Amino acid sequence: MSNKILEVKNIVKQFHDPITISVLKDISFSIDKGEFVSITGKSGCGKSTLLYVLSTMDTDYEGELIIDGQSMAKRKEAELAKVRNEKIGFVFQFHYLLNEFSVLRNVMLPALKMNKFNKDEIEAKAIEKLKILEIEKEALKRPNQLSGGQKQRVAIARALINDPIIILGDEPTGNLDKKNSQNVFDIFKELSQSFGQSLLIVTHDADFADRTDRIIEMEDGKIISLGK
Amino acid sequence: MNRFKLIYEIALQLLKARWKQTLVAAIGVTFSITMFITLLGFMNGLNTLLDGLILNRTPHIKLYNEIKPSAIQPIEKDSTLNNTHHFIESIKPFAGKPEIRNASAIMNYLKKDVRVNGVAPKISAQVFYNVGAVDLTGAINGIDVEAESKLFFFQDYVVKGNYVDLKNIPNSIILGKGAADKMLAKIGDVIQVTTAKGDRVQLKVVGYFQSGLADIDKVQSYTSISTAQKILGKPNSYITDIQIKLKVIEQAPKVAKEYARLFEIDAEDIQTANAQFETGSSVRTTISYAVGITLLIVAGFGIYNILNMMIYEKMDSIAILKATGFSGKDVKYIFVSIALSIGFFGGLAGLGFGFLASAGIDQIPFNTSALPTVETYPVDYNPKYYVIGIIFSLITTYFAGLFPAKKASKIDPVIIIRGK
Repeated sequence: MSNKILEVKNIVKQFHDPITISVLKDISFSIDKGEFVSITGKSGCGKSTLLYVLSTMDTDYEGELIIDGQSMAKRKEAELAKVRNEKIGFVFQFHYLLNEFSVLRNVMLPALKMNKFNKDEIEAKAIEKLKILEIEKEALKRPNQLSGGQKQRVAIARALINDPIIILGDEPTGNLDKKNSQNVFDIFKELSQSFGQSLLIVTHDADFADRTDRIIEMEDGKIISLGK
Repeated sequence: MNRFKLIYEIALQLLKARWKQTLVAAIGVTFSITMFITLLGFMNGLNTLLDGLILNRTPHIKLYNEIKPSAIQPIEKDSTLNNTHHFIESIKPFAGKPEIRNASAIMNYLKKDVRVNGVAPKISAQVFYNVGAVDLTGAINGIDVEAESKLFFFQDYVVKGNYVDLKNIPNSIILGKGAADKMLAKIGDVIQVTTAKGDRVQLKVVGYFQSGLADIDKVQSYTSISTAQKILGKPNSYITDIQIKLKVIEQAPKVAKEYARLFEIDAEDIQTANAQFETGSSVRTTISYAVGITLLIVAGFGIYNILNMMIYEKMDSIAILKATGFSGKDVKYIFVSIALSIGFFGGLAGLGFGFLASAGIDQIPFNTSALPTVETYPVDYNPKYYVIGIIFSLITTYFAGLFPAKKASKIDPVIIIRGK
């Protein structure tokens, strides 16, 4: 039985303007359930571009993307939005919390969108996720009253709310100082080890990458090492 | 949680974050709806009043005999002369009275017709009012007092005296205000009139009549049918006009033609007699709508601007909503519902203020000798305008919001997120 939760086959992405440049050249790999994987490489090697292809937000590519056994090819925008909502959690370099809503509400939003549980259940779940990240005391504050490290933890709680099959991170520690970076890494490690959460994190922080289960190295739009 | 409830909650939070601009946009809508309601109410109040001046007093169909030469001359009835040419010169109308034959039978028939609201007989007679040595030309209308007040609001135009006296006091007359002023006739005085045939009749003044058209008031006066018949020396079957009010005024031309054929009589419908009134009313209504819609479109541009600004400010929020599973449509609905809320609540306030402004106009004194029954400016409170007002405000704000909302729905989250 296959344990693959995410698989890419022969992904090619080109920019055509002003001249045709291949940003991703024939990328194929897969990630198993519970793996904590990092993608590293120099600036401009295509690692972020690859992540956004995997995120389903970027649909302009050739090749095959399979998430949770289902191909993402030829899906409508609304269907892809549903996949993101239910199966993927995102953590970006910037927190992207909505200042109009409380911290708790921010965490609840994707679950309210999914509309599978009632409001009370979702609230209880959001508090549980905030507890895992040790930030439940700030639940009723507005995001702009929190520190940078706290905001990023709230963003991680939001990524976890719908129990995604994988968390995708784009330089999640890029904006944080050493201590907070360490903190975020510990959280990811904890999620991976205690909860069996799969993670795929793009980073150029070598220390961070070294401590993950597996490092995928990229250079010039190609994978040079799958880390296995 | 319901999808639209969630979308509305997000929209509401975005609105709150920029409540000052939202308020300005809503005030724009409120102002234009207020103006729309006030203008339409006032214009249509005036329209109804001015139309009523004529329409209330004009029968929908008038049956009468025109004084005119016979269309078929006796010689044409001789079949032996069919193939010959008739030389007939100096044709004149038959010197007969323009009486309606068999009037009571016709009236009984009309009263049974389901399309007819009411029937009132009338006698028109030319007279001279004798004032000392001077004779003033005048016209006396013999009327059925009850039918006339029921169908043509006769009592509204009797400014002094009691209109019922016309029926109860024999040989009484209600004089036109202008004629009474010329004759210095007070109520209770007895005046003398000379008929076209030269008979002199004395009549008691029981009231003044003011139609609002000075030329008419100088000439017209009213008596009961029986008094008019007595003045003219005619039997009590004598009637010159039958006035008909229909239930549906639009049917008048068709029904008039039918009666003309049926009774072999002249029938004039109100549309032919007063074609100019509809034109005036519809022009005034069109102007009111045009002003209201123009104001709403201006308010719409305000909403468009504010939403555009909001979208530029909230790019990050839109991007993360999309990343976490909100589709382009959801984002579009969020901004459309922002616009619709502004339109709905602004419009609702506009209806309220419009009603208050109408009520204010309704209190302004408006005294004119032409309109004895009117004391303040007329206002039409027809709920139709309120319904149209709120629908207009929703439609305008919907379109004002739709274009920014479409733009927001097309924002590519990858570009926003990677751009940071």
